[in-house]
This record gives sequence, C-alpha cells and structure tokens, in this order.
Amino acid sequence: MSTREAQAERPVEPQAAPQSAPQAAKGAMRGDLGAVRREMARRLALLTPAMGIIILVMVVPLALMLTYSFLTSARYGGVIWEFSTDAYLQFLFVRDLDDSLLFNDTYLRIFARSFGLSLATMGVALLIGFPAALFIALQPPKYRTMLIFLVTIPFWTNLLVRNYAWILLLRDRGLINNTLMDLGVISQPLPLIYNNFGITLGLVYSFIPFMVLPIYASLEKLDWRLVEAAYDLGANRWEALKRVIIPLAKPGIIAGSVLVFVPSLGAYITPQLLGGGRNLMIGNLIQLQFGASQNWPFGAALAFILLAIVLLALVLWALRARRSGTSLKEVEIG
Amino acid sequence: MSKKTWMAAVSVAALTGMVFGGAGSAKADELFVFNWTNYTSPEVIEKFEEETGISVTLDVYTSNEDLMAKLRAGGATYDVALPSDSYVARMIEEDMLHAFDARSLSNFDNVTEPHDAPYYDPERQYSAPYMWGTTGIGYNKAALEDGEELEHSWKELFEPREQFQGEIGMLDEIGDVMQAAAFYLDIDACTEDPDDWRQIQELLLDQREHVKVYSATGTDASLVSGEILMHHMWNGAAHRAWREDSNIDYLYPEEGVVFWADNMVIPNSARNIENAKKFINFMMSEEAAAMTSNFTGYSNTVRGASAMLSDDLRESPAVNVPEEFGDRLKMIPPCSQRSDELRDRVWTRVLQ
Repeated sequence: MSTREAQAERPVEPQAAPQSAPQAAKGAMRGDLGAVRREMARRLALLTPAMGIIILVMVVPLALMLTYSFLTSARYGGVIWEFSTDAYLQFLFVRDLDDSLLFNDTYLRIFARSFGLSLATMGVALLIGFPAALFIALQPPKYRTMLIFLVTIPFWTNLLVRNYAWILLLRDRGLINNTLMDLGVISQPLPLIYNNFGITLGLVYSFIPFMVLPIYASLEKLDWRLVEAAYDLGANRWEALKRVIIPLAKPGIIAGSVLVFVPSLGAYITPQLLGGGRNLMIGNLIQLQFGASQNWPFGAALAFILLAIVLLALVLWALRARRSGTSLKEVEIG
Repeated sequence: MSKKTWMAAVSVAALTGMVFGGAGSAKADELFVFNWTNYTSPEVIEKFEEETGISVTLDVYTSNEDLMAKLRAGGATYDVALPSDSYVARMIEEDMLHAFDARSLSNFDNVTEPHDAPYYDPERQYSAPYMWGTTGIGYNKAALEDGEELEHSWKELFEPREQFQGEIGMLDEIGDVMQAAAFYLDIDACTEDPDDWRQIQELLLDQREHVKVYSATGTDASLVSGEILMHHMWNGAAHRAWREDSNIDYLYPEEGVVFWADNMVIPNSARNIENAKKFINFMMSEEAAAMTSNFTGYSNTVRGASAMLSDDLRESPAVNVPEEFGDRLKMIPPCSQRSDELRDRVWTRVLQ
C-alpha cells in the first residue's frame, strides 16, 4: 500500500488518535484506584523531564529578563536593585535636559524596519517555498525523501559561515558582480550587499527550509482524489490549485510563515554581516544595549516588547483562524 | 518506552551534560584567555604551552563593552582578559579585577616608559601592558589620481572625496568613532552639552550615506580586497593590509589621533590565578612581545624586543609614528555617565 493510499484513509477517523489516551484512563478507572494512581504517576514521571527543561531553560530566564527590565541600569552594565520603569519609557520617549519626556521614534523605526524585512522575507520564502514543496510532493515517494534531505543540507553548516559565504558572492568584487562585469552585462557593480536587499536575501536563504518542510508535510498528506475530483468538475490547473490545494495546504502555509517570520524578527548575524551594520534590526539593537550602551534593563525591556508583540500577533492570528475554521492545533510539522 | 522516547531522553541527558559540564572546574594545567579577535599569536601560545605545560583556551571579543558585559554576566570565567586603557580604570572602579601587582613579576623590568605607570593604573596593581597603537585612517592609494595626495585630516573620512564616497568603512566601536568626530569638530569627547552632541550627530549622519559598512572585524581584509577603499581603523590592521598590498597607506589626522594601550588583567572570577601570572609574565618577555608584534602588527612595550621584530614592522607607515606627528596622539579618557548617555543616543540615531 502506498503512502498516498494510506493517508487517503485518514479522514474517515480523524478523531481516533487524540481520544485513545483518555479512553485508556477511563478503562483504568473502571478497574481499581491503584491502577489509576499508577497511571497518573507514570504520566507525571514522563512529563517531569520535559517540564523541568521548559522551566529551567525558558521560564527562569524569561523571569530573570522581566525582572531586569524593571530595574535601574548600573553605570557600566549590570543592574542596581531599584525598581524603575525607565527602560520601557525609553522605548518611546527621551528625557530632555529638564527631565521632561519627549516622543522619540528611533526605536519604533528599528522595530518597523525589522517587521518590514521579516514580512518581505516571509513573502519571498512563501513564493519560493510553496512551489518547491508542491514539486517535491508530486514526485514518486522514493525521490521525495531524497529531495527533502537536500532541503535540509544547508543546516549542516554553521549560519555564520554561510553568511560569510554570501559576502564573497555578493560584494562589489564578489563572484556575481565580477562575472557579470566580465561578461559585459553591467559596467558598475550592482549594490547587492550592505543594504536591505542583502539582508532579505540572507534571511530568505537562512530560513526557507522552515517554509518548505511544513508545507510539504501538509501537501504530502493531501488527498489527491480531491484534486482529481476538481478536474472532473471542470476546474483547470489554476482553479484546482487555488480552490483545492492551497486551502488544504493552509495549515502548512501558516506554520511555515510563522516559522520564517518569527526568527527573522530576531535575526542578528545576517543584518550585521550582509547589512554591513548600517541598518539595525531588533536583534542588533538588543545586542547594542548589552554591549556598547551597557544598559541591560533597556535590552531586557526591548526583548520583552518584541516577545509581547509576537505573542499578541500569534494569538490574534489563532483567534482569526479558529473563527474561519482552521486552528493552529491542526498545524503539524513533519 | 518506545525507541523514540529513549532517543529523546538520551539527547536531553546529553544536552544537560553539555550545559552543566561546560562550567567545568579548575585544573592545575589550564588557562582561559579572553582577547580581541586577531590579537593573539598562535606561535606564542604554543611556546607558552610547551614551556609551562599549561593548556591555553582562547576566546575572543570585538569591543571593550562586550568584554565587560561577558565578565559581568558570569557563566564563563576567564583567567586573563585584555581591556583597553580607560576600561581598566572602569573595571578597577567596579571592583572587577584581581590585584596581582604586575611590578612584582620578573619581566616587568622590561616595560618601557610611559607604560610602566599609566594614568589608569599608576601603580600597575591590576594590569600589565600588552600592545599599544593608534586609531587613524587606512586607505588605498590606487584610488587617487596621479599626483593627488590626501591631507592628514579627519576631513578625508567624514567628508570624503568623490572616489571614496560610498566606499568608506567605519569601526563599529562607539568610543573610537565618537572620539574621531569630536577631534574633527574640535569638541571635548566627554562633553555633556547636548548642542555639542547634536553637531557630532549631524556630522555622522551626513557621513552615513558615504559609509558602506560599520565593522571592526576584518578591516584589513576588506581594504586589501578592494571592497572598502578607506577604513577608519587600528594601525595594526592597516599594517597587515600594507604588508599584503603596498598601496595601502595610513593617515595621522592633525586634529588628533586616538592613542590606546591594551592591558592584561586578571578578572576577579579567575580560577587559575597562578597560571595567569605566569602567562602575563611570559608575555612581557622580549621574545613573546616581539612574536606578538610580528603577528598583530602593533607595537609592544618591551625593551629589547625591537631586535627581534620583522623587517616589515620597522618600515611600516602604520606602525612607526613619524616624529613630527608624535604630539597628535591622545588617549580617550573615561567620561561621565551623562556624557555616555548622550553618546549612546547619538550612536543609535546614526545606526537606526
């Protein structure tokens, strides 16, 4: 039985998997109480390592950051244990000489640039990633694994090294410009690097596997008989794509977009190297606070403001998606 | 438990081991050195390891602020670090350094004036000299017309001639950049007057459109490759570029050249203090100092090392400060908190 046929059977019993666990518990309940306790203890024991790791490496550092963001900055980095909201005020306001607050859009602009570049990255990654995923999903199963494997190959090399490689390709006397100039196509080097173009290109390159993999995952499970039905009902290829394939691949598209957008927002290496350090993104701004500016509370506050915006956006997205019938829960990766 | 669960459990265990194992305990034969990038001669380290049997682990940073942040954050502990002049004073003030009395080390007698008693640590209680140098302008003479010559002035960097427009590299070191702008505008870099800072900001914003990249790493390589035609840079990097391409020249702006000195210190959190002292003493030996200069392209502070310097160092325009320019060299003093705040604001505005 081919994978495709196996998947075709799935819609018949979509609820089967999530229900099996509670059913087992119910079965145990009908037995003796000891069995229930053992079952609960077993689950707790299995959950503990995961919860422990999450608390240790996520909740604790976040709590520390939140605390730091409400403290007073010490002279040369570090904090003084005095409550202060200065870090958050500093995001929007500057203290004038007489200590009155003036509106300041410097940091907002950096946030706006980061969101703009991340949206562009997401858009380009989707435009390239969706057709790629569709192509892979349409290959015979034995080639698919190979192609997916190829998508993940760039991850084998360190991101920093790959970004340096792009510098060699893109710079004024780099491979691309030199080749084009030798061929006489251009007389002046194209400005491919140290600008927003270079940053976007680098981000798309870095994060595109995160777009391809989830879309492929949802396309691979797609019931192709529905597409055949669309053809039978008179749809052309474009109609079938627009009205059948894309709606069914939507969970993958949403997951891929989130997975590209969020890390792009926090990108640090790419804007530094391919942007030439001229156009700060949020990641660089935060680094600057812990480095040159030696203002840890403000760095922590910036990280929190970013976190809050991303969470808010995801919650709104999830709410909207639920109203329109798809929920993030349906999104599966791999 | 399924195979998958086991795999997950094993990887978690491995990861935890990596996280906690990383903070390993001190051993008698270990030394952790935290130095600037491109600033440690591998041969010197090898020699030290051979002579003492101490194994050296090197980690690098690109700015004094990064160094302070890393030390303050804890986690990684270093036995030797190399802050620049005014940062030594700040770290002493913040009680971050171990007093080891550098003058008690046998090789300290080799140290030349004025490095034996600098303003930031006059008694040399907490620090020993490493290298010193200047921050000026490196550029590629190939970009000049026949007979054209550049002035020894910051004007060439801040208001570049046509062929250098869009081809400028600036250090992304806030202190060096602000001091250069302040020199050019004849303003005290420690000023607390917002109007002064406004002028500096205007200058840097106007210059920004001509700047291709703000970076402190690989400045020599980008100058040699022709990617950057003029770079705000440290003289050692300019020297290394000149060694590759004799068209590279170095300017000593008449308005003032930053003169800096880096120092070996032992952070308070160091675990191998005796090894650190051995290392610092070793680095002040004639041979180690000469080897380090040959590698980094910066001047050392050790008497008797000059005999072992490579020929190119003795001829280099970037290393040998011409006699008549000697009075242009000035150190960046530590500034007040108010001044630093205004400075940060300007820097963020320039890079926004």
